[in-house]
Amino acid sequence: MRPPGRRALPIQLLIYLAVAAIAVAVALYAIDVMRSRGIQAGFGFLKNTAGFEIGFKLIAFDSTNSYGRAFVVALLNTLLVSGLSIVLGTAIGLVVAVARLAPIPAIRAVGTLYVEALRNTPLLFQLLAVYAFSLAVLPPPRDSIAVGAIALLNNRGIFLPSGAMTPRAALAAIALVLWLAGCWWLGRRQPMRRPAGALVASVGVALAVTALGLMDWVVPKVLGFNVAGGIALVPELAVLVFALSLYSAAFIAETFRSGFLAVPPGQWHAAFALGLDRAAAIRGVVLPQALRACVPALASQYINVIKASSLAAAVGFPDLMQVFGKTTLNQTGQAVEVIVLTMAVYLCISMAIAGAVQGYERRVARER
Amino acid sequence: MKRFAALVTAVVAGTFASLASAATLDVVRERGVVNCGVGENFAGFFAPDSTGKWSGLDVDVCRALSAAIFGVPDKVKYLPATPATRFAQLQSGQVDLLSRSVTWTLARDAGLGLTFSGVTFFDGQGFMVRKGLAAKGLNGLDGATVCTQTGTTTELNLADYFRSHSMKYTPVVFETTDQVVAAYEAQRCDAYTTDKSTLAARLGKLKDPSAHVILPETISKAANGPVVRQGDGQWANIVRWTVNALIAAEELGVTSANVEQMKATSKDPETRRLLGVDGELGKLMGLDNAWAFNAIKSVGNYGEIYERNLGPKGAVAIPRDGLNRLWSKGGLLFSPSFQ
Repeated sequence: MRPPGRRALPIQLLIYLAVAAIAVAVALYAIDVMRSRGIQAGFGFLKNTAGFEIGFKLIAFDSTNSYGRAFVVALLNTLLVSGLSIVLGTAIGLVVAVARLAPIPAIRAVGTLYVEALRNTPLLFQLLAVYAFSLAVLPPPRDSIAVGAIALLNNRGIFLPSGAMTPRAALAAIALVLWLAGCWWLGRRQPMRRPAGALVASVGVALAVTALGLMDWVVPKVLGFNVAGGIALVPELAVLVFALSLYSAAFIAETFRSGFLAVPPGQWHAAFALGLDRAAAIRGVVLPQALRACVPALASQYINVIKASSLAAAVGFPDLMQVFGKTTLNQTGQAVEVIVLTMAVYLCISMAIAGAVQGYERRVARER
Repeated sequence: MKRFAALVTAVVAGTFASLASAATLDVVRERGVVNCGVGENFAGFFAPDSTGKWSGLDVDVCRALSAAIFGVPDKVKYLPATPATRFAQLQSGQVDLLSRSVTWTLARDAGLGLTFSGVTFFDGQGFMVRKGLAAKGLNGLDGATVCTQTGTTTELNLADYFRSHSMKYTPVVFETTDQVVAAYEAQRCDAYTTDKSTLAARLGKLKDPSAHVILPETISKAANGPVVRQGDGQWANIVRWTVNALIAAEELGVTSANVEQMKATSKDPETRRLLGVDGELGKLMGLDNAWAFNAIKSVGNYGEIYERNLGPKGAVAIPRDGLNRLWSKGGLLFSPSFQ
C-alpha cells in the first residue's frame, strides 16, 4: 500500500495542470478580447518613460526613468515601511505583552488600555489623525525647530546632516574594523580580563569618532522657503511607520501574551527555583518557549503589516500602491496588468514570510 | 476533463463576447436609461446635492443626451467613476459614457480603446501659492514642495514643466482633493497644482482666501469632454453631435426659452435643420429628428449650461473670459456645420 499522498500523485498533477490551463486560457482570452477592442495589452509599458517624479526614494529616480524603475522605487519604499514597522511593532509589542502579564495591576491596566484602544479603532483613522496632528503641530520651514544645531525639524520632515565618505575617514573606518576583528580573534583564543575589555572599547570609540569626524558633513539649513542640504526624512514616512507600528504592536502584544501563557507555569516555578530573577526567567526560559508557540500567529501579523502598508496613499507616501497601483495605472490605463503585478508583489512577499515560518516550524519540530 | 475545460472556456468567452457586441443605442433604449459615469464630487461639473440629485456642466451633457434619445432629460443613471477605475468601467460596458472632465490625450484615445467625443471645457494646469511667493511667478518655485492629486495628468505636466525649465521640486501626492488642500493649508507644500478650474473652485473655500493667489501661468492644455468606447461609431456620433448641438444653439441664438418659437418661425436654414424642421439629420444617427430640439429645450444651449453651473450664481464661479467662449467671440468653442 502506497501512502495516500503518493498514491494520488497522478490525480494531483492533473488538478494542478487543469487549474494552470484554465488560468492561462482566461489570460489569453482576455488579452485577445482587449486587443480586438483596441486596448493595448501586455507588460511592454514597463520600458516606457514614466514622466513623473517620486517624492521619496531610496535609489536614484527622475521623471526620465522608466515605469519599471518606478516600480522598483515604489517596491523598495513599501519594503522599507513594512520592515521598519515590523521591527518597531515587535519591540513595542513585546514590552506591552510583558506589561499585560505584570504582577502590578496598574501596569497591567496600562497594557490593556493600549491594546484595546489601538486594536478597536480603524487603522486608516489612526493614520489620518496622526498625520493631521503632526502637520498642525510642526512649524513651517521658516520657523524650523533646530535640534542641537545640526538637525532641523519642521512640517517637511526631519532633516539630518548628511555625511560623505572621504579617503581619510575611510582609512579610520578600516582601522576600526581591523582593531575589532583583531581583538575578537585574540579574545577567542584567550578570555579577556576587565582592563583589556576597557582598552578594546576606548580605542574602538576613539577610532569611530575619528572616522565620523573626518567625513564630509553637510548640515541642513533653511534656504528661501525650503531646507537645503542634509538627509530628509519626510513626515509621511515617519507618520506611516509610527502609526503602523503602534497599531500592529497591539496585535503582536496579544500574540506574545498567548505565547507566554502557553508556557506551563511549572517552567516559571522551575526558573525561580534555580534562583533566576524575573527578567532572567523571561529571557532565558520563558521567551524561547513562548516564541515557538507564537511564531505562526506572529507571521500572520507581519503579513498584515505589509498589506496595511498600502494605506500609505492616504497620507501621501509614495509606496507601491500609490506609485504603481494609482499613478502608473492612470497614466498607462493598463489596469489589468498593473493590478495583477501589484497583487503578485504583495502575494510573493506574504508567501515568502509564510514559507520562512513553515521552515522554522519544521526545524523546531525536528528539535523536539 | 476536456469537456469541462471547453465549458469553462465557453462561459468565459460568452461573458466577454456579450459585452463586446450589440449597438450601445439599442442597449440604452432597451434599458430605458443612459448609464453616465461621473466623478465623486466636483462642484460646478458633477456633484450630488443633499437629496442625491446631480448637477453640473458634465451632468448636463448626460441630461442633454437623455433628452436627445428619450425626449426627456432625467433618464440618466449616474455612476461614480474614480480616476483609477473610470476607463475600466467604460471598457467593460458598466457605463455608456464618461462625462467627468476627462482630459483628451493621444495615448488614451488610441491606446485604451476609447473615443473622445467633443470638448465641453478647455482647462489648463496652474499653481496656487501663498501671496509671499507669488512675486517671482512660476520661476520662483525652483526647489519647492508641490502638492497634487494622484491619478490625473497633473503629475506628468508638473514633471515635464520643471524638467524642461531645469527646476527642481519635491512632489507630495494624495488620493483626494480634500487631502491635497488640507496639506497645502497646513504648509506641508509651497504650491498646490491642478487644473485651474479646480483651483478656482477651491480658492474660495480656503480658511483665508485673500492670503493665496493663483499664478497667471498655465503649464498645460487640457481639452475635457465626454468619452465613449471605441468601435461604436453611431454612439460616438450621437454624443459628439449632442455636444455640437448645444454649442451651435448658442451660436444661432437658440435658448431653452425660445426654442419652441424658433422651431415654429425661424427662417434660418441652419436653425431649421438643427431643430429638425428641415431635413432628417436625427434619423442618420438612429434618433428622432427632434433630438436636438429636445436637448436644447431640456437643458438649454452651452451658454445657459455654463451660466447655470459656472456663472456668478453657479456652484463655482469661473469667469467665462478665456478659451471657453464661442469661436466667434474669441474662444475655442466651435461646432461643425449642421448640414
